[in-house]
Amino acid sequence: MNAKLIIGLDGEASGSRALSYGKKLSNLIGDCAIVVVYVIEWSPFTFQTAEENAQRHKRREEELKIAQERIIDPAIKQLAADGITATGIVRHGDVADTLNAIALEEGAEQIVVARSSEGGISRRLFGSATSNLVMHASVPVTVVG
Amino acid sequence: MNNMTKFGLTSAMTALAANSALAQEAVSLDEKVNAAFASSTGWFVSFIFSPFPGTSFPWIVMWLVIAATIFTLYFGFVQFRFFGHAISLVKGDYSDPNDKGEVSHFQALATALSGTVGLGNIAGVAVAVGIGGPGATFWMIMAGLMGMASKFVECTLGVKYRNELADGTVSGGPMYYISKGFAEKGLPGGKILAVLFAIFCILGAFGGGNMFQANQAHAQIAGIVGDYPGWITGIVFAVVVFMVIVGGIKSIANVTEKVVPIMGVMYVGAALIILAVNFDMIGWAFGQIFEGAFTGLGVAGGLVGALIQGFKRAAFSNEAGVGSAAIAHSAVKTNEPITEGFVSLLEPLIDTVVICTMTALVIIISQQLIIDQETGNYVLNEAGTAIATVGGVGGVALTSAAFGASISWFPYILAIAVILFAFSTMISWSYYGLKAWTYLFGEGKASELVFKILFCIFIVIGAAASLGPVIDFSDAAIFAMAVVNIFALYFLMGVVREELASYASRLKSGEIVKHKG
Repeated sequence: MNAKLIIGLDGEASGSRALSYGKKLSNLIGDCAIVVVYVIEWSPFTFQTAEENAQRHKRREEELKIAQERIIDPAIKQLAADGITATGIVRHGDVADTLNAIALEEGAEQIVVARSSEGGISRRLFGSATSNLVMHASVPVTVVG
Repeated sequence: MNNMTKFGLTSAMTALAANSALAQEAVSLDEKVNAAFASSTGWFVSFIFSPFPGTSFPWIVMWLVIAATIFTLYFGFVQFRFFGHAISLVKGDYSDPNDKGEVSHFQALATALSGTVGLGNIAGVAVAVGIGGPGATFWMIMAGLMGMASKFVECTLGVKYRNELADGTVSGGPMYYISKGFAEKGLPGGKILAVLFAIFCILGAFGGGNMFQANQAHAQIAGIVGDYPGWITGIVFAVVVFMVIVGGIKSIANVTEKVVPIMGVMYVGAALIILAVNFDMIGWAFGQIFEGAFTGLGVAGGLVGALIQGFKRAAFSNEAGVGSAAIAHSAVKTNEPITEGFVSLLEPLIDTVVICTMTALVIIISQQLIIDQETGNYVLNEAGTAIATVGGVGGVALTSAAFGASISWFPYILAIAVILFAFSTMISWSYYGLKAWTYLFGEGKASELVFKILFCIFIVIGAAASLGPVIDFSDAAIFAMAVVNIFALYFLMGVVREELASYASRLKSGEIVKHKG
């Protein structure tokens, strides 16, 4: 049975660190597949103007396409170059909840994410996506510094 | 009586207008705008608000109430049967996880609400209670409950017959369901009705959704900082609205969209605190509401006066049957148009049954309306057109005084809320009007720009014109939309009934299930 790792990317340097560590972990495990995930932060309970609503479907498609092209595809290519089987997922939602949900859907052994790149008042008020994930995840989580 | 049939907020806003009128004498621009406006719109207003022959009851109010009653009966009290289901839908219990990132039911509801919650809930209720007495509240609640069914029909159709454009954006609303729905059923005249609706919608966007808002926002600001010409407020508002709708400066709209709900919550919160502090008077207040609903308690026009004011202000506040909400709700992503209908029926409930009732209770409990201690009836003002109030005020000023009686600093918060509500309503209506405009003149940057610039010009006119003509025209334009919309809904309600039957049976059989996460 091969193991599966979920790697959460954020499109920044911290996400690349998570990817490097995931790669290392995968090599150590041996028979291991990687799923790279990018979550577009989104909540169904925000307030929008009527015009934003009318354009929402179009924007969503664009967001998915951009994330796939700029974040997921390069990561998969990089992993494939190292001989690692990798797939990618882009999804809208709460970062922590979505990573956890994907880990359960995929039957993954572990989630690898980087230390939070958020700062300031929002982190103090709501906590970071990473700390939320660590507190609520159903599978082990590795946080890369 | 005459005032009531014409339905202006005029008399009730006298206090705010009095100072304004003095200053306007010196400002010829305001005067010119006002005179030109009154002479060009008078005939339209008279037609919409003409009473049934021999009575003082305007036919348009009857039109809305009869429609709401028919829809309520035709759909078997759908607003009560599917109330719990509507809440589940808003919570996202039935949302497909694969649709994350699309417009949610909550977002569509919140957007539509931000277009309706506003001055109608603050100024309109004060007018209704000030003229029709506490009994108007009872009829307002009734109109709100019945209006839920009207919203249900129009919003279901809005999603069902919306246009999904090639670029992925959506356009929906009565003009689309009237033309497509009539064609589908082989009925003639769909296109003509749709065009007529679109014309009224543009007028409504310029009137109630724009000039009325600008006018009341100016009255608020002038009430705080002292009087100055209305066109100054108009230009400031016009520039900000221009920056949002033409300049695409989303940050201003985003801030408003976030602040407005907070204001709404604060408003209801303050009302709840006042009610909690005076909890011993709530029973008495409801007593006044019920007694006034059937006896009038001596108000001008008696029972009929209370009823007209209640129905009228409820309709102006929640816009059920007007068709505007169908435009806002049509953006939601769903394979079941009827789910948006269920969600939309919460609108009149929140807007009218909850928020308007809160305002009315605070006004009644604060005892700003003067009661004759001997007879227990309300004392009329000198002109005999409205109930005399402690400070001789009406409209927003009456609501402000009522809240201020318990929370001294609340009038300042209320003033900010009124200005923000006015702004957010303008943004919403600029979109509704734009959709009607593009329906008539085609999609395209140049055509859209013409509408948007016109919209901004009307803000200045609205703020500069004196109250009477603006408010009468605003009401008339919004209600004219309802004339066409409801007429079409009668022909299309069968489509909604089929959708309802199909959905209800699949919900019962377990084919439609809740999604988790």
